[in-house]
Amino acid sequence: MRMSYREAVREALHEALVRDPRVFLMGEDVGRYGGSYAMSKGFYDEFGPDRIRDAPLSELGFVGAGVGAAMGGMRPIVEVMTVNFSLLALDQIVNMAALYRHMSGGQFSVPVVFRMATGAGRQLAAQHSHSFENWYAHVPGLRVVAPATIADARGMLPAAMAYSDPVVIFEHVGLYNAEGDVEEWRCDLEHAAIRRPGTDVSIITYGGSLPKALSAADSLAAEGIDAEVVDLRVLRPLDRAAIADSVRRTHRVVVVDEGWRTGSLAGEVVAGIAEECLYDLDAPPRRVCSEEVPIPYAKHLEEAALPQPDKIVAAVREVTNA
Amino acid sequence: MRDYTLPSLGADMDQGRLIEWLVQPGDPVHKGQALAVVDTSKAAIEVEIWFDGVVGELRAAPGQMIPVGAVMATIVASGEAPEPVAAAAPHSVGQAETELTERPTPRPMASASHLEVGGVRRRVSPAARKLAEERGVDLAAVSGTGPLGAVTLSDVEQAAAELAARPTPPVEAVGPAERQALVRQAIATAMSRSKREIPHYYLSQTIPMARAVDWLTAQNTGRSISERVLIAVVQLKAVARALADFPQLNGFFIDGAFQPAPTVHIGVAISLRQGGLVAPALHDVAAKDMPQLMRELSDLVARTRAASLRGSELADPTITVTNLGDQGVEAAFGIISPPQVALVGFGRIAPRPWVSEDGTVAAVPTVTASLAADHRVTDGHTGAMFLTALYDCLQRPEDL
Repeated sequence: MRMSYREAVREALHEALVRDPRVFLMGEDVGRYGGSYAMSKGFYDEFGPDRIRDAPLSELGFVGAGVGAAMGGMRPIVEVMTVNFSLLALDQIVNMAALYRHMSGGQFSVPVVFRMATGAGRQLAAQHSHSFENWYAHVPGLRVVAPATIADARGMLPAAMAYSDPVVIFEHVGLYNAEGDVEEWRCDLEHAAIRRPGTDVSIITYGGSLPKALSAADSLAAEGIDAEVVDLRVLRPLDRAAIADSVRRTHRVVVVDEGWRTGSLAGEVVAGIAEECLYDLDAPPRRVCSEEVPIPYAKHLEEAALPQPDKIVAAVREVTNA
Repeated sequence: MRDYTLPSLGADMDQGRLIEWLVQPGDPVHKGQALAVVDTSKAAIEVEIWFDGVVGELRAAPGQMIPVGAVMATIVASGEAPEPVAAAAPHSVGQAETELTERPTPRPMASASHLEVGGVRRRVSPAARKLAEERGVDLAAVSGTGPLGAVTLSDVEQAAAELAARPTPPVEAVGPAERQALVRQAIATAMSRSKREIPHYYLSQTIPMARAVDWLTAQNTGRSISERVLIAVVQLKAVARALADFPQLNGFFIDGAFQPAPTVHIGVAISLRQGGLVAPALHDVAAKDMPQLMRELSDLVARTRAASLRGSELADPTITVTNLGDQGVEAAFGIISPPQVALVGFGRIAPRPWVSEDGTVAAVPTVTASLAADHRVTDGHTGAMFLTALYDCLQRPEDL
């Protein structure tokens, strides 16, 4: 069935609300406005104000309320408009949601799903455009996922709802309008996926950078370089076996990550490769990350700051010496 | 993917020369199948494989000296996806024979020859370095085409292919004189080590053989000449049976500890026509009946003298039996073949005066059985009880 990424998320949310009366959606503008990215359009009229709850501009407050509701037996889905604002709620997510099972000696679990938009590319300027997925991927107690395909946008939410511990879902703003055919969307939140098999180099990426990596792989194919594109899908815990398996076959690796290079998830992926398969590497690994600047507002500067297909192609040429 | 490596075919073996491949890349192979013929200092040995799969890549070329433990071929195990065979021609493990014939020793991290050029560490990708080591490619002779001039996998593969494409020197047929010298050297090495390391003790026992000989004569009646079982087989079977109660005489002394063997594989000392001897294994003697043991022994002797033994037959013996009765000696006291811990010797079976239980003296066929055993593992008490058990076994041949 043909649908957009936005429709896939909306359908998944709708299904969750219909299937389980304990589920409610809470966040800024999710109700009367229909969601900042129109994800919950019509939900307010269908499910009412108790289940589609408009929150004030107070991330610490409503994220905390979601954590408390989850501990109290509800299955909240908390939407944070962008990951940039979620920093206000870090205490509730990192110190509370991620730790309660541990701190309570297993007496409490926190079955909450946090949805956050992330990434740049829509000229929303620095305070709305950064990628902090790795901040959350650093924390034990959280499961962190990044749907990069329409099928995963449809399937990852129901999979996340099945966990009794907190799950953070990152939806890249550049993907919402993507359209595609979706047949099977049921999925797990354990494994990376090979989106394009190849033999010469592994391009490892996730989220909004996946279409860029696939586009780069197409350009490279025209040059005779057969690139494999690996979608991490799950940023914590990383599917290290899948990463190693790909690198052992291709012997070369480029990691694409919209986060800043320093302290990036890409750094963690490369470190893991160095630890597990150094002797399978035929060239130094390369990272394509965002430039270490606040993401600019101006369109040409924003594009220049982000990973782009031509930068990925250039990195692959370096590792393959093409 | 798994490796098919050159096993040690004897305690003293550290290398072998590949004579020929019996398979090609892509051939399915089965556990127990011989894939290659390797010349050791003792004989041309067929080296078997111990799992099922498909031959991937041949990494050694005929004529090459191969250190024990080196990968000769890769095998795609059953169930694995086959990997594409890079080239039809076998890749050579390397031309630099002097390097290969050395026993592999830990190398210094940076040997000046291939890692440093003008004081700068040469760029070699980790994968290329590993492959070069496996294929025996000298990195100093490989030019790098990778990033910043690094040597990459494809550079090493190309160098290996070029090596393989060079004409392989014809395999030298080892002449009888050379073979004899090699066998002599191998025996000298093994026996010197044995006498240097193993504190032997020796025991002997005279055993009346009338019952065994009579029983065997009756058994052989009606058998054609080729089916007749020799008394030596009865003795081998008796040794295996007696060992059942003395596992500490059957096994290996390795790294300062005794490791008992679960089955009895008797190394049968077989003299070679040109001089010297080999003691390949007669497998699982306790479990087989005598006609079968006789057939296997005949086959083993024939193949030993034709120099076509299998690798497992040389490496497997858990104890050795030497029988010098045909040469007419009274008794044989042998030297243990390390890492085994015991050797049983038999002398000639001949009528000798024997005092029977009622005190009368009669001419009875007897044999002197001896035991040489490793005092680090057993004491004379154990050895004596073993010889007594052997005596008893030979009085009840019908139970063997």
